[in-house]
Amino acid sequence: MAKCVCVIAEFRQGVFRRVSYEVASAGKRLADALGTNLCAIAVGAGVAEKAAELGRYAVDKVYAADDPALANYVAQTYVPVIADIVAQVDPAALILPASVDGKDLGARLAARLRAGLAQDCTEIACINGEIKAKRPIFAGKCFAWCEWAQGALPVISCRPNVMDCLAPLEDSKAEVDKVQVSVPEPRAVVKAMDLDTTGKVELTEADIIVSGGRGMKGPENYGMLEELAKVLGAAVGASRAAVDAGWRPHSDQVGQTGKVVNPTLYMAVGISGAIQHLAGMGSSKFIVAVNKDSEAPIFTKADYGIVEDLFNFVPVFTEEIRKLKSSCS
Amino acid sequence: DLKWIINPYDEFALEAALRLKEKHGGNVAIVSWGPQRVVESIRTALAMGADTGVLIDDPALDGSDSLGVAMALAAAVKEINPDIVVCGSRAVDYDEAQRGPMVAELLGWPHLALAVALDSDGTNVTIDRPIEGGKVVIQAPLPALVTFGGSHAVWNPRYASLPGIMKAKKKPLAVKKLSDLGIDASQVGPGSARVLMTSLQMPPQRAAGKIIDGGLDTAGKAVELVRSLHEEAKVI
Ligand SMILES: Cc1cc2nc3c(=O)[nH]c(=O)nc-3n(C[C@H](O)[C@H](O)[C@H](O)COP(=O)(O)OP(=O)(O)OC[C@H]3O[C@@H](n4cnc5c(N)ncnc54)[C@H](O)[C@@H]3O)c2cc1C
Ligand SMILES: Nc1ncnc2c1ncn2[C@@H]1O[C@H](COP(=O)(O)O)[C@@H](O)[C@H]1O
Repeated sequence: MAKCVCVIAEFRQGVFRRVSYEVASAGKRLADALGTNLCAIAVGAGVAEKAAELGRYAVDKVYAADDPALANYVAQTYVPVIADIVAQVDPAALILPASVDGKDLGARLAARLRAGLAQDCTEIACINGEIKAKRPIFAGKCFAWCEWAQGALPVISCRPNVMDCLAPLEDSKAEVDKVQVSVPEPRAVVKAMDLDTTGKVELTEADIIVSGGRGMKGPENYGMLEELAKVLGAAVGASRAAVDAGWRPHSDQVGQTGKVVNPTLYMAVGISGAIQHLAGMGSSKFIVAVNKDSEAPIFTKADYGIVEDLFNFVPVFTEEIRKLKSSCS
Repeated sequence: DLKWIINPYDEFALEAALRLKEKHGGNVAIVSWGPQRVVESIRTALAMGADTGVLIDDPALDGSDSLGVAMALAAAVKEINPDIVVCGSRAVDYDEAQRGPMVAELLGWPHLALAVALDSDGTNVTIDRPIEGGKVVIQAPLPALVTFGGSHAVWNPRYASLPGIMKAKKKPLAVKKLSDLGIDASQVGPGSARVLMTSLQMPPQRAAGKIIDGGLDTAGKAVELVRSLHEEAKVI
């Protein structure tokens, strides 16, 4: 049989992160196109026990590197462990999440494997057996198609929230191969991990985002957006102007020097729509803009535009959403 | 009429390096691969407070993949033999987001990625690294490489002062070829690139947006927007 397609599943705090399923789904489509199997590499403490679950996303076999020393992601320890497995598996392509850890891992791993890496891909294609991957460049103003030289291993990281996820196959279990690992002495160590436990939705994984810009006028007014976000089940984002002003933390910034997000619905409230902001949210499925200036550039990108003072509009809109939600439930 | 700028993430890295120099002493060296016009960017960095510059300018590097570029950068770093290398998490042109960790791997050094805060006691370096839903604090012994995330609000990179600009003109700036760095040109360039960009595609044009107006008042617009999102877009 032809070389398999191999994906790296991201395991954190005892669970596979959703992006792992997106990556497995993308891997499955490529494996089908190449007429081959799908295998996975899973690294973490206690991962072997959970690895069979990946079968629900069409993974045939999982190589599980399970060791307490691999509990937290550290590039220097993960890379040699994964590189050894890749050398053994010899896949036709290696696909991983373009999550925070995945992008970092992919870069160091590609250097170790002397492989070619395409980061943050939004599409993988296979034409006459040749693998291609598409990735945004110049802040999403353009896409580049990447191809690999003869004999080079394609390493492809996939932007979260973009690749279609397969419907999970019930009762399908992957074969698990618990590999012997020798974890190198860590030189870099995780000193602390501080994860939000309030159930706040992470921007890069959110389905709906409500973002506020300079038009919000001050930090005290974001309560209004948080309220709306709560009713919508959304995450709250911000423009650089709002972050620079100290109204919102940097982790909320959307744009060229912030996060790149891909929600189904993005609401820009009091945001003008500068090119650097569009770089972070321009590929959202639907964009709504609320701005009192009908000339604001954001309106040229918005599917629905509302020319209103946000302070009047947002509370009324929140109330209407609340009505809709209660009539639906 | 293009204005070339230093990659913002590299400005954040430079700012952090200058703060380390203020705290611990030492020198800050700038290494860059690019055409002659990059001299201007290096002078800007020198004006901000860096001490020396190296420009790798060799046509043999054109068309390299990221690993090829990383090989050249790693060779230049080796010559300088620093305690710490700082670089951007990504360059906001091609957004490759790979050369930093690649340089660290080629050097066999630990690396810490996406710093939004950094501290060093001269033996170890510690950073805050934002991850989905939180952050980690991660530490490595020196020498190490750190890539920078964050934003202008986080790093607030300094501007070059007028005296800084004057002084920068006299600071040493060396231009090197691959052979000066002991790199065989056949190892880099398009011929040895593992991955290549083969074509470009424009993103689909977004259909012209619709302004919800129709003479409606605020409440009417809110009702209409909810209806559109629920019935047309089917997103709520
Ligand atoms: C290197 C670089 C990187 C950058 N990176 C980013 C980035 O990552 N993210 C980012 O967002 N920006 C980034 N920027 C900044 C960007 O160019 C803009 O300055 C920024 O996006 C503006 O934010 P804003 O839209 O909130 O503010 P403004 O442009 O000031 O817009 C505010 C809007 O609010 C509207 N408004 C005001 N009051 C009301 C009201 N009461 N009701 C309704 N509407 C109202 C106004 O009409 C206006 O359109 C970057 C810039 C550079 C140079
Ligand atoms: N030509 C270059 N010269 C110097 N440093 C570079 C060069 N290209 C990339 N880098 C460094 O690597 C980082 C990541 O770049 P990239 O992998 O191209 O997105 C940048 O922020 C720089 O710090």
